[in-house]
Amino acid sequence: MSEPAPILAESAAPVIRAQHLDLTFQAADGPVHALKDVSLDIPKGSFVSFIGPSGCGKTTLLRCIAALEHPTGGSLSVNGMTPNEARRKRAYGYVFQAAGLYPWRTIGRNIALPLEIMGYSKTQQKERIAKVLDLVELSGFENKFPWQLSGGMQQRASIARALAFDADLLLMDEPFGALDEIVRDRLNEELLGLWRRTEKTIAFVTHSIPEAVYLSTHIVVMSPRPGRITDVIESPLPWERPLDIRDTPEFIEIAHRVREGLRAGYQE
Amino acid sequence: MTRLIRPVLAMVLALMALWYVAVLPMNVKETLTQAERAGAVIAPPSAVERRDMSNWALVLNNTHALGESWNLDRPRLPAPHQVLTELYASTIGEEVTGRRGIVKTGTLSNRSLIYHGLITLNATFVGFLIGTGLGVVLAVGIVHSRVMDMSVMPWAIVSQTIPIVALAPMIIVVLYSIGIQGLLPKAVISAYLSFFPVVVGMVKGLRAPDSMQLDLMRTYSAEPMTVLTKLRLPSSVPYLFASLKIAIAASLVGAIVGELPVQQGGLGARMLAGSYYGQTAQIWAALLMAAGLAAVLVWLIGVIERRTLRRMGMMA
Repeated sequence: MSEPAPILAESAAPVIRAQHLDLTFQAADGPVHALKDVSLDIPKGSFVSFIGPSGCGKTTLLRCIAALEHPTGGSLSVNGMTPNEARRKRAYGYVFQAAGLYPWRTIGRNIALPLEIMGYSKTQQKERIAKVLDLVELSGFENKFPWQLSGGMQQRASIARALAFDADLLLMDEPFGALDEIVRDRLNEELLGLWRRTEKTIAFVTHSIPEAVYLSTHIVVMSPRPGRITDVIESPLPWERPLDIRDTPEFIEIAHRVREGLRAGYQE
Repeated sequence: MTRLIRPVLAMVLALMALWYVAVLPMNVKETLTQAERAGAVIAPPSAVERRDMSNWALVLNNTHALGESWNLDRPRLPAPHQVLTELYASTIGEEVTGRRGIVKTGTLSNRSLIYHGLITLNATFVGFLIGTGLGVVLAVGIVHSRVMDMSVMPWAIVSQTIPIVALAPMIIVVLYSIGIQGLLPKAVISAYLSFFPVVVGMVKGLRAPDSMQLDLMRTYSAEPMTVLTKLRLPSSVPYLFASLKIAIAASLVGAIVGELPVQQGGLGARMLAGSYYGQTAQIWAALLMAAGLAAVLVWLIGVIERRTLRRMGMMA
């Protein structure tokens, strides 16, 4: 095996390390290369966005990290373990495109779901539910059913559910894709605050350029057929990011570079 | 709701009117014979000639002599008021004033429909419980095991294509030969009819969670048992109730069919006895009783369904 090329140079051991990752699906009309030769290090505490058109493998990559898909080649480690081991050690919380709250459980009991499964005591559950509800600013909604909440609030509850068991890694698959612009802006701002407060590592899939640039410390640009990484941009933006940072020349410049990267992926 | 009362009532009245009209041709031969004996002039005058004529032609030729159509002692089709009278007489009448009624003897009369209804209801409930339990267990197996899916499901479907009236006597004979009689054989026939809707509904319900909900469980490394209790079973509740409504009605039918060959009480036994002795009103009264029971049972499940779903937050 050849020497890995750590793309995101960082001194600490990476939380996620992918080396020459391949994933090929066998479809009826031949193999589909969902991921091809993907190498990437995600350092601890970073906020990494994966951006690219549909079919570029960004969600597949996230699912590989979560051990929901299994690579057909290369190697992938999460916290120094295989993704499967990492999953069994509750290494990550996963936030899906839709909130996916169980309709028969109240918000509080939805957040308790992973805690029940992982064997937390009743008192611990109560404590944690209160804590994460406070983190996502949903205190007071514990006993509401999901249908009594707006789409944005439901998605916040699903983030709270992913935070409840203290995994250091948060995997988010287009969590705000179905929400309108205004709610999305607000949740982006909140997510940044949450990330800073909790010092988690976040891997975030999106197809919105402004969202990726606004949130990330690192932006991974991907392109389809076969799914691969075409560019990794380290953001020079400061940690303190008010929403109007999106009008600064620095922000626009990074967004431009992302757009160029996406376009280059198409022209090949 | 109140706006619907009038049209619904009109519908019921129209059906009753249709029933009263249908009584005329159904009973015309007997009616005319009686009228002739009472001295009326009937065309044609001989019962032999009348035998080969169509009922409607007789009705139209003898409109003057049809007065007794709705009051015959042994009608082919009893009029609604005759059925209701019989129903009253064989329930409240029998129990309150009858020689063997509960008022005089302290126990239910074995000639009353209440007594027979309770016998049927017992078998229905036991059969329903067996059938529902079996249905849920089979559905869980089918959802979790490909082998069971391919081996059990086809048999479950085939089992429902066999006419239950053909199968019921065999079930009773087989069970009798190993010493089981009374309530249980009827309950087994009930269960045979009621497990199927539960299997079909529960398989669909247990498979209702979408891939995202299942993936969520995988991210928690949840055991299959956990997925079943925390995701699949709660998801299947609405499907279960839809199935239970069909299953309870099917259970009642099963219990009645199981009572036909045995003649040891129950609504089925009453229906068959009624047909042996040409007591059509008695058959219809038993039928009505069975229909009423079924309606109450289905309604009861509906009430439990609404309460459960409301508590689960799945119904506003």
